[in-house]
Amino acid sequence: MSKNKITYPYIPNSVPEVKAQMLKELGVNDVMDLYAEIPEHLKYHGKMNLPEPILDEYSLKRHVEGILNKNKNCSEYLSFLGAGCAQHFVPAVCDEINGRGEFLTAYAAEFYADHGKWQALFEYCSLMGELLDMDVVSGFLYDGAQAVATSLRMASRVAGREEVLVPGTMDPQALMVVKNYVKGISGPGITIKTMEFDTTSGLIDLNDMKSKISSNTAAVLIENPSYLGFIETQAKEIGRIARENGAEFIVSTDPISLGVIAPPAHYGATFACGDYHPLGIHMQCGGGQGGFIATHDDMRYITEFKDKMYGLTETLEQGEYGFGNVLFDRTSFGSREKAKEYTGTSNALWAITAGVYLALMGPKGMEEIGQTIMHKARYTAKRMCQVRGVERAFNGPFFKEFVVNFDNTGKSVGEINRALRGYKIFGGKDLSGEFPELGQSALYCVTEIVTKEDTDKLVYALEEIAG
Amino acid sequence: MPRDKHTLLRKFHQARWDEDMIFEMSVPGERGVLVPRAENGIRAEVGDSTSVIPDQLRRKTPPALPEVNQLRVVRHFTRLSQETMGVDVTADMSMATCTMKYSPKVQEHVAARHPGMTEVHPLQDEGTIQGILEMYYKLEQFLKEISGLDYFCFQPGGGAQAIFTNACIVRAYHAARGDNNRTEIITTIFSHPANAGAPATAGYKVITLMPDENGYPDLEAMRAALSQRTAGIFITNPEDTGIYNPRIDEYVSAAHAVGALCSYDQANANGLLGIARAKESGFDLCHFNLHKTFSAPHGCMGPATGAIGVSKELAKFLPVPQVKFDGKSYSLHYNRPESIGRVRSFLGNAPLILKAYAWIMQHGAEGLREVATCSVLNSNYLEKKVREIPGVAVWYAPGKRRLEQVRYCWEKLKADTGVGTEDVKRRMADYGLQHYWTSHHPWVVPEPFTLEPCESYSKDDIDEYVAILRQIAREAYEDPEFVKNAPYNSTIHKIPAPSINEPERIAVTWRQYTKKRLK
Repeated sequence: MSKNKITYPYIPNSVPEVKAQMLKELGVNDVMDLYAEIPEHLKYHGKMNLPEPILDEYSLKRHVEGILNKNKNCSEYLSFLGAGCAQHFVPAVCDEINGRGEFLTAYAAEFYADHGKWQALFEYCSLMGELLDMDVVSGFLYDGAQAVATSLRMASRVAGREEVLVPGTMDPQALMVVKNYVKGISGPGITIKTMEFDTTSGLIDLNDMKSKISSNTAAVLIENPSYLGFIETQAKEIGRIARENGAEFIVSTDPISLGVIAPPAHYGATFACGDYHPLGIHMQCGGGQGGFIATHDDMRYITEFKDKMYGLTETLEQGEYGFGNVLFDRTSFGSREKAKEYTGTSNALWAITAGVYLALMGPKGMEEIGQTIMHKARYTAKRMCQVRGVERAFNGPFFKEFVVNFDNTGKSVGEINRALRGYKIFGGKDLSGEFPELGQSALYCVTEIVTKEDTDKLVYALEEIAG
Repeated sequence: MPRDKHTLLRKFHQARWDEDMIFEMSVPGERGVLVPRAENGIRAEVGDSTSVIPDQLRRKTPPALPEVNQLRVVRHFTRLSQETMGVDVTADMSMATCTMKYSPKVQEHVAARHPGMTEVHPLQDEGTIQGILEMYYKLEQFLKEISGLDYFCFQPGGGAQAIFTNACIVRAYHAARGDNNRTEIITTIFSHPANAGAPATAGYKVITLMPDENGYPDLEAMRAALSQRTAGIFITNPEDTGIYNPRIDEYVSAAHAVGALCSYDQANANGLLGIARAKESGFDLCHFNLHKTFSAPHGCMGPATGAIGVSKELAKFLPVPQVKFDGKSYSLHYNRPESIGRVRSFLGNAPLILKAYAWIMQHGAEGLREVATCSVLNSNYLEKKVREIPGVAVWYAPGKRRLEQVRYCWEKLKADTGVGTEDVKRRMADYGLQHYWTSHHPWVVPEPFTLEPCESYSKDDIDEYVAILRQIAREAYEDPEFVKNAPYNSTIHKIPAPSINEPERIAVTWRQYTKKRLK
């Protein structure tokens, strides 16, 4: 009989009488008898050094909230942080649907008992397909960085080549992820070549690109809008050169820009990828990321996707929708090491949420939010540059982010950001480590939720600090 | 009408809404939500900002998204949720290897509602995310106790990505030693397929061990496969059959003897908490799934976290950043030259760290052992009852106790009636159960099904589950065609061709479907 006196609310059979009844049914005296297969020397005989438990729910909640209260957050602070994650408007309906216990606690089961889940995920892919104007969407990657990495691997297989060109302004985090995905065991699996950029505009140096592209190039990757915020205005020309050389043209994009900026398919991309975090998902300290990849309806591409894809089909009942596995053997579930790449649990709940977001927004909402962001971002950039010593690093158009240089203020970004926190403002991301050639520069992000008053507050604070 | 007290069966019918696709409910002009607009003062200052977009990059045709009012959107997705059977709805001991345990509401409410989690940007100054870093640091200390390994990292966004990360660490370890000839990874057929797929993605050739006659990975075959080419072994224990390999340390020693590393997939750790650890078996690396063993919800397939643990010798290869504590404050460390870098952006899935932390805090050491022992008790109890059902067999290891899950077999039922495991699986939906997990591919055990009644399930839950399986077996013997054409009381009817490989039928988006089928 267990000596355990505690009945745990999440462990119904911790009730001693129930446990005794079950053990009796099994003909054993002690639950440890069920571990007969683990030899003594492989058992752990110590006691784990864990804190005393907080058994009751109220006290636990107080404890965890007490820890979270040590954080500052972007509700109490004004945030201009972006770089792959940004505070956007999250419609209440998004939280309502992803909080539904049925979605929250379902998992990988297929097609009947979870029909609603499959429809929600299929609709998410379908809505993304409209936003991207592409027919094939695989929506369940870990994040935008992995979506880029997998797109490059797919392109390498499609093209049968092992070199890729990436922009010199590429998101350094994404580049780190990509490097792990393209590395081989004894020598590089896929070689990454970097295209130089023009320091006044941030745009890719086309001459450098032309000198590096060759019949070995599997893909040319651009980010549009770029990591540093500017719009890669030469995108169409870059795509043309890539295709002329038999390379795939991969564009990593911000989906919230696509109500006003053309989707990559409109300027020649053969792959569109990115992170759907902006679409109705809270930041959660980076826990709201999720990647997508889209292509045209072409079996050369479809057969190279690595994750499960669910196809709409029909049941025995006339006119009734059901779902089925598309080309299951592409996945490591279907063919283990022979798969295109490994797959597993990623971020489906956020994909459902992004689907809800796009359903709410509709074409008009996406257009308006794109306009709002561009107006507000330009207003903020313009106002910031009115502060003495503050200037934009690049001169071309941008979407929601832009690089601001503080060299002429005589202060470092670190100093300015520290001072801004005194005003309850999170300044832009410090770029001096990632892009030292840009001097003391920061990447500022402005979304639809920033008001004129917010921007004016930032400018006031900057004038006090740096002006 | 209550459940039948004698048979424990219900007259169940799942929600069935005949819900259109969201595209089919579009009414031109309807709006689901209005979004903030730029104030007049801004417009006056910057004019039409979108005019700066070069013509060829301006969106000229709006996306063909549906136009739907907000209530209709809410109703649509609420209905779809009702047509989904999560753990909150059914006793899901069906999806074995997935540890479908109860995800306590309290931690969900805090994680989903507290702005100190939801509204935190990952690039905030570390001084402003001390609470989050504290939970990362403390959870690392907890998992060190639970596994016996020396360092943990929570960056991977799922179990499969954790295995990939461990493969990257194995790759970096050998490269740092200047040993570029280790091109092979060994795994077992009853380990999750990511143990083959992820090392292959990292560039390795994968060798898979088949079971011996007792169901254990063949030790002699492994000895024969080991060589100076072996970079590592990626293995789980107990394997998906529920059989614990009591000689696991010999496998590990044999691998170490040729200079290979050993990585432990602890997806099946639920029955081992506080009982057996990676360290005592000699492993160099391991991973836990916080969305399985440590109670974070599965979310229809994520968000997830694969927590990787390594020995001291491998710590320098872990992804950046690392969370450190100097006794006063928590900080993030990036300057680690031998690190593999990153597998995911930012800090991974912070809300899952909170949930796992809260769950362990609520149980303590004694409670975690109670989790483990009750899950093993439940599985043994269920196994005894399921073995009594006509048509069921259990392969391998006769007379041996299994741990928190068991792979069963309907081979006899299929031979007797023609009803196979996929038929039974569909029929379960008619009784209000989630479909069980059969097996990863390839099926080694014929007509398999795998059950894992973790600690969340009561004796009554298990008794009802067994009653339903018994009832379906009875139906199979009495009227096999009836079972073969199930389900009848689910949201939809049988899908005759659930595997779609023909280009003209592939429709993974609505636009693809409408182009191909409705043209």
